[in-house]
Amino acid sequence: MTTEDMSQYPLRLEGDNIPMVRFANVRKSYGALTVLDHLNLDIDMGEMVTIIGPSGSGKTTVLRMLMTLETINGGVIYVDGEPLTHMEKNGVLVPANPAHIRRIRSKIGMCFQHFNLFPHMTALQNCMEGPVQVLGMSKKEAEERSLELLDMVGMADKANQYPSRLSGGQQQRVAIARALAMRPKVMLFDEVTSALDPEVIGEVTNVIRKLVDAHSLTMLMVTHQMGFARDISDRVCFFHSGVIAEQGSPAELFGNPQNERTKQFLNAVLESN
Amino acid sequence: MEWRWSWVWELLPQFIDATGKTLLAAGGGYLIAVVLGLVLTLAQRTPWRPVTVVVRELVEFIRSTPLLLQVFFVFYVGPQFGINLSPWTSGLIAIGVHYAAYLSEVYRGGIENVPKGQWEAATAINMSTVQTYRRLIIPQALPPAIAGMGNYLVGIFKDTPMLSVIGVAELMHTANSVGALSYRYLEPYTMVGVLFLAISLPTAFFIARFEKWVRRKMGM
Ligand SMILES: Nc1ncnc2c1ncn2[C@@H]1O[C@H](COP(=O)(O)OP(=O)(O)OP(=O)(O)O)[C@@H](O)[C@H]1O
Ligand SMILES: [Mg+2]
Repeated sequence: MTTEDMSQYPLRLEGDNIPMVRFANVRKSYGALTVLDHLNLDIDMGEMVTIIGPSGSGKTTVLRMLMTLETINGGVIYVDGEPLTHMEKNGVLVPANPAHIRRIRSKIGMCFQHFNLFPHMTALQNCMEGPVQVLGMSKKEAEERSLELLDMVGMADKANQYPSRLSGGQQQRVAIARALAMRPKVMLFDEVTSALDPEVIGEVTNVIRKLVDAHSLTMLMVTHQMGFARDISDRVCFFHSGVIAEQGSPAELFGNPQNERTKQFLNAVLESN
Repeated sequence: MEWRWSWVWELLPQFIDATGKTLLAAGGGYLIAVVLGLVLTLAQRTPWRPVTVVVRELVEFIRSTPLLLQVFFVFYVGPQFGINLSPWTSGLIAIGVHYAAYLSEVYRGGIENVPKGQWEAATAINMSTVQTYRRLIIPQALPPAIAGMGNYLVGIFKDTPMLSVIGVAELMHTANSVGALSYRYLEPYTMVGVLFLAISLPTAFFIARFEKWVRRKMGM
């Protein structure tokens, strides 16, 4: 990690309108390869932000850093006003210890391209695992809540099935229920429909639509489905080579892109569809 | 030289008793190996470099030296450092530690087989490392490890005769002493072979069945 003057970063975000998530000057590199270069991005409470962009532009990395699956090489990530990647020590920010990371991370949930359900547990057990083990909830309460969530994603009738007996679309819906069972404030979706057959994509996007309509969740989504992004996003960010080349409302970004790269990308995507 | 059935019947009670001791040695050694093996595996996965390197080398060392040497070492070298152990204790320790090294490799393979996505999903629901191992990784690493664990269960059983050299009164030891007294070895050694076979074969069969059952039980 290069030495950086940490005093430029506030110990916590204050004021009336603090963002739910803030990336402040965040840098990420793998060896000599800089994947994200001084990323600055605020996501408001309840906002649905979609990230689009060519392969390798750093979209997944943004989500993984926020989920703490990757460490960062510079800058600070704030969640709900508090630093996630750092903690206060003697009045300055220092890299966070595991306990701090765990405390802040509890506000974030994530769904993956390949679902990553626990194969040795039924759909219901998958959903109950976090609440019982991590939140210390009683089995009875966790079961009730998990069944409600499975019902919400249309999987109540498969609650006792193991993942190997479920289709991709069904597994992804269980994965969404599992993440929601932890009551996150921020949900991350990384290409959750990319591994699915075209005919079942709708069953997953419909669940995400429901979440958007409920308004309470803040969401950050990476997708290759431009139509879906246009429909449900409050804001769309176009990533290119590790920077946000352009961002705006779906109408602006899809209807009247300003950046040459955005135009090229959208044209290429439209042609391939 | 002809086979003497009458003598076989006469020896049988003594041999069955010795079989019990053999099973006890194998079972006790295996219990040590199963638990210590897991400790050796997890120690190699801690973030502390010195620990991982030392344990790694230790496992390699144990695996590359003969069990017989280790048995002798514990029993004969131990006392020179003031550690006096009975043949039974020495034998169990030696065989347990030896097989712990092998089992730790089986566990390691099983754990490395669990997809990275499982760790990431665990992080996403905010599980601690200990919870992740206990609830997700070890349960998933176990079914593929059962075959290997089973092989070493049979292996440890077949290696118990090594303990006869330090005077553990298991089957081999019994056969040797009976043979030495009567100058006849045909019956005693044959009986040892048959008794070993009578235990190894069904054990291997049941391990295979058990593995299938566990996989089905875990929805795999
Ligand atoms: N563990 C890693 N080690 C080295 N390089 C990596 C690693 N993970 C990602 N990268 C590199 O970082 C860059 C950004 O990767 P990222 O996965 O964020 O891209 P993406 O925009 O999600 O692409 P895609 O649309 O293909 O999913 C790529 O050049 C990738 O090769
Ligand atoms: Mg990606």
